Amino acid sequence: MIRQFTEAEFLFILTSARWTLLITVLALALGGLFGFLVAIARTSQLAPLRALAAGWIGVVQGIPVLILLFLSYYGLALAGLDLPPLVAASISMALYASAYLGEIWRGSIQSVPWQQWEASAALALSRPQQYRYVILPQAVKIVIPPTVGFVVQLVKNTSIVSIIGVVELVRAGNLVNNATFQPFKVFGTVAAIYFAICWPISLLARRLEGKLHAGRAG
Amino acid sequence: MGFEFQFRAVFAYQDLLIDGLWLTLQLSAAGILGGAAVGILLAGARSLVPRPIGWVIDGYVELIRNTPFLVQLLIIFLGLPSLGIRLSAEQAAVIGLVVNLSAYVTEIVRAGIQSVHRSQIEAGLSLALTRLQVFRHIILAPAIARVWPALTSQFTLMMLATSVCSFISVQELSAEAANIESQTFRSFETYIVVAVVYLALALLLRGLLAGLGAILFPSGSGLGRLRRAGQ
Repeated sequence: MIRQFTEAEFLFILTSARWTLLITVLALALGGLFGFLVAIARTSQLAPLRALAAGWIGVVQGIPVLILLFLSYYGLALAGLDLPPLVAASISMALYASAYLGEIWRGSIQSVPWQQWEASAALALSRPQQYRYVILPQAVKIVIPPTVGFVVQLVKNTSIVSIIGVVELVRAGNLVNNATFQPFKVFGTVAAIYFAICWPISLLARRLEGKLHAGRAG
Repeated sequence: MGFEFQFRAVFAYQDLLIDGLWLTLQLSAAGILGGAAVGILLAGARSLVPRPIGWVIDGYVELIRNTPFLVQLLIIFLGLPSLGIRLSAEQAAVIGLVVNLSAYVTEIVRAGIQSVHRSQIEAGLSLALTRLQVFRHIILAPAIARVWPALTSQFTLMMLATSVCSFISVQELSAEAANIESQTFRSFETYIVVAVVYLALALLLRGLLAGLGAILFPSGSGLGRLRRAGQ
């Protein structure tokens, strides 16, 4: 029996957006924490730490998100962790986010003039104090627009996790399409929902970017 | 923990890996060339055409940049046949890659075009260059030189995104990985091997594009300075 694409199907797809959003939020929280450590390690005074962070960023940015998803999915299973797909998906998205956020944040930490490090060292601040009171407050301002921009990438890339069985937007679309055979309508709806999530974030990122550069517009 | 890595089982299927790699290379090349061409064309058109058409281009860019590539692929591969347009998986993949990349290239090149100062254009016109010459030499070339680093990373991202084409049964590298996995049951090893291949591809592509940038915009020229300033 072929079902029609009715309100019920639409609502099923729409409500499955909550898993897309949940994975995004989890990945952002976990990946943000890890990405912060990556950024600190990347700007560390210890060469091995710097190399390690650079290696991590290089590897994650050099392989497809899909492969990263499979690697962490099977890797976690091999490590003896039997995680539900949703958790595994969030962890792999967090790993993905950590490299990109780490690189974005490294850039903003390094964009703080080096005299600020010298001046704060001259005031006998310890390294953590330099970060806490001098460097990070200045870096944060620069970091917000590109970070918000990256959230859009993250939301879109969560579509990949449909392959390990998480019923987020794309998977819900697939299920409905298999029952209704109306792919244009179904995936058009899915695209519209993604757009409704991503576009406001994009606009926000652009506005923040504009504000940041307002000071030096000539 | 009795897990032992067994890469030999995976390498027994190296023919599949090579087939997949070849298709990934073809998809990437087609996507990058097509996407760059369409994107540069749209960015150029954006600054020349009347407002309402410009809005259409803006709408296209926003629509593509704010929806996942996977959903775009599914609409092209599954949705278009219901409108009477039938495509093979490979054709759908190439169209999807070109559509997707072109939106990003349009946005990037447009930013480059906007960064060209008015006085440059006036100087060009006062040297009796035609409008087309001004556009080509004074607006477009410096714009692309300046955003070359951004284009390089976008092209690399797109090469990696070809892996998503496996969702519509295109037998590129990731799809072949899934085939090997289902025959050997060495999932982790398979994806490690494939990850290393992608990593090598990404490094190669970055190197290639950096070299191309140095050839297109030689370091002695003003364009070379713009390219390096963009880094």
